Amino acid sequence: MTADEARAQLDAHLKEILAWHFSEETGCPFWLDWKREAGWDPRGEIASFDDIHKFDHFQDEWLRDEKNERFVPKGMGGRPFNVFETGGTTGLPKQRVGWDDYKHDYEMFSDTLSDEHFPRGGNWIMVGPTGPRRLRLAVEHLAQFRGGSCYHIDLDPRWVKKLIVRKQIDEVERYQKHVVDQAVEIIKHRDIACMFTTPKILEAIGERISIPGSGIRGVFCGGTTMTPQAVRFWVEEVLEGETQLVPTYGNTLMGLAASRPLDETYSVTYYAPQPRAALRIVDPKDTARTVDYGEYGRVELTTLTKEFFMPRFLERDEAIRRHPIDRYPWDGVGDVRPFGAMEKKVVEGVY
Amino acid sequence: MALTIPILRSGKAYRSLDAQEITPVAGGDPVAEITMANSGLVRRDLLDLGAGRRALQGFSTGELLDITLRAGDAFLKDDLPVGDGGQLQSPDDYLHSLAATSGLPHTLIRMNMERLHGVFAQVPTIFKGLSRGLSPEVLDSGYSVQNGVRVSFVPTAEALGVILPSNSPAVNALWIPAIAMKTPVVLKPGREEPWTPWRVIQAFIKAGAPPEAFSFYPADHDGSAAIIRRCGRVMLFGGDETVKQYENDPRVEVHGAGRSKILIGDDQIENWRDHLDLMVRSISANSGRSCINASCVVVPKYADEIAGALAEALLPMTARKQDDPEATLSGFANPKMAEWINGSIEDGLAEGGARDLSLEKRGGGDRYLQLDGMHYMVPTITRCDSIDHPIGNTEFLFPYASVVEMPQAEMLGAIGKSLAVTAVSGDRGWLDQLVAAPHIERLNVGAMPTNQVEWDQPHEGNLFEFLYRRRSIQVA
Repeated sequence: MTADEARAQLDAHLKEILAWHFSEETGCPFWLDWKREAGWDPRGEIASFDDIHKFDHFQDEWLRDEKNERFVPKGMGGRPFNVFETGGTTGLPKQRVGWDDYKHDYEMFSDTLSDEHFPRGGNWIMVGPTGPRRLRLAVEHLAQFRGGSCYHIDLDPRWVKKLIVRKQIDEVERYQKHVVDQAVEIIKHRDIACMFTTPKILEAIGERISIPGSGIRGVFCGGTTMTPQAVRFWVEEVLEGETQLVPTYGNTLMGLAASRPLDETYSVTYYAPQPRAALRIVDPKDTARTVDYGEYGRVELTTLTKEFFMPRFLERDEAIRRHPIDRYPWDGVGDVRPFGAMEKKVVEGVY
Repeated sequence: MALTIPILRSGKAYRSLDAQEITPVAGGDPVAEITMANSGLVRRDLLDLGAGRRALQGFSTGELLDITLRAGDAFLKDDLPVGDGGQLQSPDDYLHSLAATSGLPHTLIRMNMERLHGVFAQVPTIFKGLSRGLSPEVLDSGYSVQNGVRVSFVPTAEALGVILPSNSPAVNALWIPAIAMKTPVVLKPGREEPWTPWRVIQAFIKAGAPPEAFSFYPADHDGSAAIIRRCGRVMLFGGDETVKQYENDPRVEVHGAGRSKILIGDDQIENWRDHLDLMVRSISANSGRSCINASCVVVPKYADEIAGALAEALLPMTARKQDDPEATLSGFANPKMAEWINGSIEDGLAEGGARDLSLEKRGGGDRYLQLDGMHYMVPTITRCDSIDHPIGNTEFLFPYASVVEMPQAEMLGAIGKSLAVTAVSGDRGWLDQLVAAPHIERLNVGAMPTNQVEWDQPHEGNLFEFLYRRRSIQVA
């Protein structure tokens, strides 16, 4: 696919999604009410993704304040829905309704994994947030889609955040050990070939056992900032240069952005699962404007599925806008870090 | 970029991909880049520090003492490797690099070089003092006999972690004796001051110490936390909040504000002019940056006169070019620190009950100055109505002291926790009370500045007792 073809695909998909969500027959109460109050119909006004800035930013409090039923498209035919959560350390978490999106997203992601490092039929272990999170079902679906089963070790990030806020670092370490103890037991006593976990847990497991020596051939990792140095350390030392690391960027609202293969810079660049979601790197002071390639800006997410439409959601991250590549002929987001992590403007060279 | 300072992982250089530039305080081109350790790397390394200790155990304590002596000379006089590109750093190069990134004047850097050399040279005395006269062989043979009693010591940790500040090269003196005590070191340098710990390490290695005994991790807060959590024994530097956080943690020795003081007794107060030089030195030596600099002078009378005389005597100590041989006042590597200190003093003065005598002597001239792009706080003497005034018992990172007046009998109860106290008095009864006071860490009796150090006395904790504990041993 060329960049032009990818763009045409995105534009066509956008039109299809707008037609779905803003139609009285298939749309959801939230967007239909929005259309009436806004006084314009996106189906006529938005000709391509270049017009997406005609929408204001999607507000995350809508996912807290609105009842979930208001996001249910009539077109879903009354099927019961899943509720997936994100955030929620204090107060009500953000919630998103869903049906099959996670399956589609992770099947797309599966196509990016190598059979050598994520063998078909191999079992998985997921050491990370389960509970009300989409990730719980998604990783299990990924394992089963590839012919394996998935073991789970739960981790409650809300509790960990509370402990950190209270500066109860001893308790954080005890909790981490509790999680890692369980994971190591499973890895030692069951045939596990693939793992999903967070970077901190990956490091902690690697301090206890040899990950490749335990038979794990591929690790899919996500959930936080991944600096080139940290990625290099995981690849060279934690995974001993043998187990493959696949960094991902994702959340309950987007799905999963895969990364381009790592090179000697260890800089991680993600590509959104277009056309189901699109990422822009925008000027924080003028979010209609996309920053130039190589510059940092704030990450803006637009989710475009029949289950969920979310235009121009400003993530709490910033990243470098990266050029398209052959495999993903659309913009990438590089070296993601928390928004505002560095005050000074950073311009990087060509990667 | 000419110079890259790598990480040292048990002596092995490792260039991280996270490189940060070190720029001169006064602006201009970066003088080096420093590569930062990610916290996972630090944690993983600290799982196995045995190689460093085993390497040190291959030497006798006597040999390590000799190595330390030679290292001191190398630190002061030799060209030593700097960075990972094969470059050498002369003592003069070191001085200029440190001056550029720390704001310290050349005279103070030379003084600190001599002071560090003195520590290397005095390590046999320090060892003897901290171990209460033990023979160094006690760490070689497992046990020895002292005054007819068999004694044996066991290490409390695989390594000594040290979280270093950026503002004072002399603090490296605190960990230098650890090598002779067969304890590897894990150092986290301050952001603007990698130069001194790096050079001390290189001096040790040139003198024959095993490189495996030295780890050097430039790192952010997470890296520091990893060192604090994983090293069995850690020294760190911080404010009151940090001190409180670790006050009940035997693994951590926090070097916080000293709040050192000069007390003049009733029997000596009529002679206060004879002690003016002692007071000036206690307040202003090392540009007032040490925790053993006096930050409060407590007298039974003549407080106004003493404060005025101190302010007058400190007037010549002002901002000068860094290479001026008369320069004794250090600039601030972080101008925000100077602004914060100045603001704190202004807030204190605005509350009433305190006067800035130095400001009056300068005719209202600014306390916070800039010269050649550097930021300075000029010496400040305040006259406070009470030691409990917000700036009456406060330590700042420049030559600052309050002068307060109270009856001699009230002093001991009023001064609070004080690192160094000089008691100018011959009153035996009062001195006995001071000797017995648990809130005085270091007591200098008589006309002796607060910053005068005798090497056989412990300083802010006893390093030997921090790194070793006595254990029972019975031999058939």
